[in-house]
Amino acid sequence: MGDINNSLKNQPLLETIKQDDGLFQIRLSGDWTLNNLVAMPELIKGIKQSVNNNSSKWDLSSINILDTASALLLWQAWGQKTPANLDIKPEHLRLFALWPKQALPDMETPGFSVQSILTYLSGELTSATSQLLTFITILGQLLLDTGHLLRYPRDVPWSEISITIYDAGVRALGITALVGFLIGIVLSYLSALQLKLFGAEIYIIDILGLSVIRELGPLLAAILVAGRSGSAMTAQIGIMRVTEELDALSAMGISHSLRLVLPKVIALTVSLPLLSVWTSVAALIGGMFSAQNTLDISYQQFLLKLPDAVPLLNVFIGLGKSAVFGLMIALIACHFGFRIKPNTESLGNETTNSVVAAITVVIMVDAVFAILFMDVGMP
Amino acid sequence: MSEPFAIRLEHIWTSFGDKVVHKDISLALPKGEILGLVGASGCGKTVLLREIIGLQIPNKGEIFVMGESLKTLSSSHGKRLRNHCGVLFQKGALFSVLNVFENIAFPLRELGIKDEEFIKRLVFMNLENVGLLAKDAWLKPADLSGGMTKRVALARTLILEPSLLLLDEPTSGLDPISSQDFVDLLSSLHRDLKFTVILVTHDLDILRDLCTQIAVLADQQLVAFGTLANVLACKHPFVQRYFHNQRAQRVFSYQAQPRTQQGQLNG
Ligand SMILES: Nc1ncnc2c1ncn2[C@@H]1O[C@H](COP(=O)(O)OP(=O)(O)OP(=O)(O)O)[C@@H](O)[C@H]1O
Ligand SMILES: [Mg+2]
Repeated sequence: MGDINNSLKNQPLLETIKQDDGLFQIRLSGDWTLNNLVAMPELIKGIKQSVNNNSSKWDLSSINILDTASALLLWQAWGQKTPANLDIKPEHLRLFALWPKQALPDMETPGFSVQSILTYLSGELTSATSQLLTFITILGQLLLDTGHLLRYPRDVPWSEISITIYDAGVRALGITALVGFLIGIVLSYLSALQLKLFGAEIYIIDILGLSVIRELGPLLAAILVAGRSGSAMTAQIGIMRVTEELDALSAMGISHSLRLVLPKVIALTVSLPLLSVWTSVAALIGGMFSAQNTLDISYQQFLLKLPDAVPLLNVFIGLGKSAVFGLMIALIACHFGFRIKPNTESLGNETTNSVVAAITVVIMVDAVFAILFMDVGMP
Repeated sequence: MSEPFAIRLEHIWTSFGDKVVHKDISLALPKGEILGLVGASGCGKTVLLREIIGLQIPNKGEIFVMGESLKTLSSSHGKRLRNHCGVLFQKGALFSVLNVFENIAFPLRELGIKDEEFIKRLVFMNLENVGLLAKDAWLKPADLSGGMTKRVALARTLILEPSLLLLDEPTSGLDPISSQDFVDLLSSLHRDLKFTVILVTHDLDILRDLCTQIAVLADQQLVAFGTLANVLACKHPFVQRYFHNQRAQRVFSYQAQPRTQQGQLNG
């Protein structure tokens, strides 16, 4: 411990000496560095007091080290001037010459006015319209790319697509199964309580089958994927902007939408329906498990009754819905990814926005499907 | 007697997987020296700097900074040590959410300084020192050119005038004039503050004009260490190629102004 104190902390000292002629001499010594002074605020206070005392002689000649910041502190404490009677090493005096001629630019202070509110509002409006525009641009570009790929199938980015399917689909199997299973148990348990009251236990199969296959499976899978892969995709594109990888791609003449957007869109459109079937199965297993325990409905009974309770059409509605969910999640993730500016704050904001927007859109699309297919596939 | 060495490396070994980067490096740098660390690209200069800062731990060996072993350093103590240590990273490492002004003011605010006028004066003084304009202060790091980023990072490093400076390629990406300005700035600060500097550089002019000591890394080892004259006399093949090619000879034979005089001329 001792050595660091010796070598780094040659303490700054302030001594006031009364001279024979009745005047005061103020003697500064040691290392006057900002680091030291911040730890000893009483020194600067002492200096200010001495200035008020109108003491006559300042002796800075025994200062060992004086850094620019401490010189500024002293100069400010002296009332933005150097005292008339000053004894100082010439190399230190130079530090005080800097400040009087320094021209300080005005700080930018944001003021509140009607105008600033108006600019804010118009800014928000233009940003909303520009968001819409860029989203449409991405969509349009995607269509063009699809056309391009139909003509030149050699350009299909197979490896990117398969990597994304693996990342967003295969690696999500565990979490979707777990969540599906648990929701199935909870749903079945809650319904069982009500059904028991009416002695209509057997309808648990209808309730579970329809709600899980048609609604919950696709929705759960989509929400999990939006949180899991949507955020990752946004952040990935954002980091590519920060590290100038996007620019590198452009410079090599590689289209962002073909290499980055399209594989993600295809991968999610393909893998989300599969994931939703998987989630539905897990939820049904959970429901079956719970039904057996609470209502004594055997697995066989459950499986036998299921096809009658849920027309096959519902499976296709669920699949179609999931494909649209996947498409929207990927598009939204990419859209927000490209909006990221090269700083960490924007990265965080846009990733949040991306997940929120994706989940909202998923639920909105789900509502649209519910309205469109109101009379379809009901038993 | 306090420690005469700012940095002491004792038998440093570093490897990543089976790739050995440092093989038994020992070095003792007295206080107040300016050490130029040179070596081929990828020979482990940045890694060595990171080890001195304590961001990375060597596989074997011990590092002493101001006489303190980094191994046995307590955290509060380490924090004090870092307050006295300024680091310039190779890529600048500016905070992307803060503008230039706030980036440079950051170390001051961390010290707990509240006086806005003080901060403002000091920041603009440093901005001017590194050759930037006052209006650049409101730009975000993303809107800076490569050289400007370097300068802002340098201003942030210098604002506390630390007693130990670690600079990773401070002049790469700067034009020759700015690079000369950097040499002048650092030598005038060095004259006043007598700090110790370790700088990684590929710039032969800086080795000639600024550095009082030179260390050469090659073959994972420290092959030469000493004043420029000592290093020039070294017979190691890498040193021969580095310091005795035509370009280097042009730089080193043109010893018109010794370093100290030059500092005074510009100071
Ligand atoms: N975290 C790491 N993992 C694996 N290898 C690493 C890591 N960091 C550095 N290396 C390797 O160590 C070697 C030295 O890297 P370093 O960044 O120190 O080079 P350098 O001397 O600074 O080169 P340059 O002059 O190009 O900046 C390189 O070969 C690099 O690949
Ligand atoms: Mg490096």
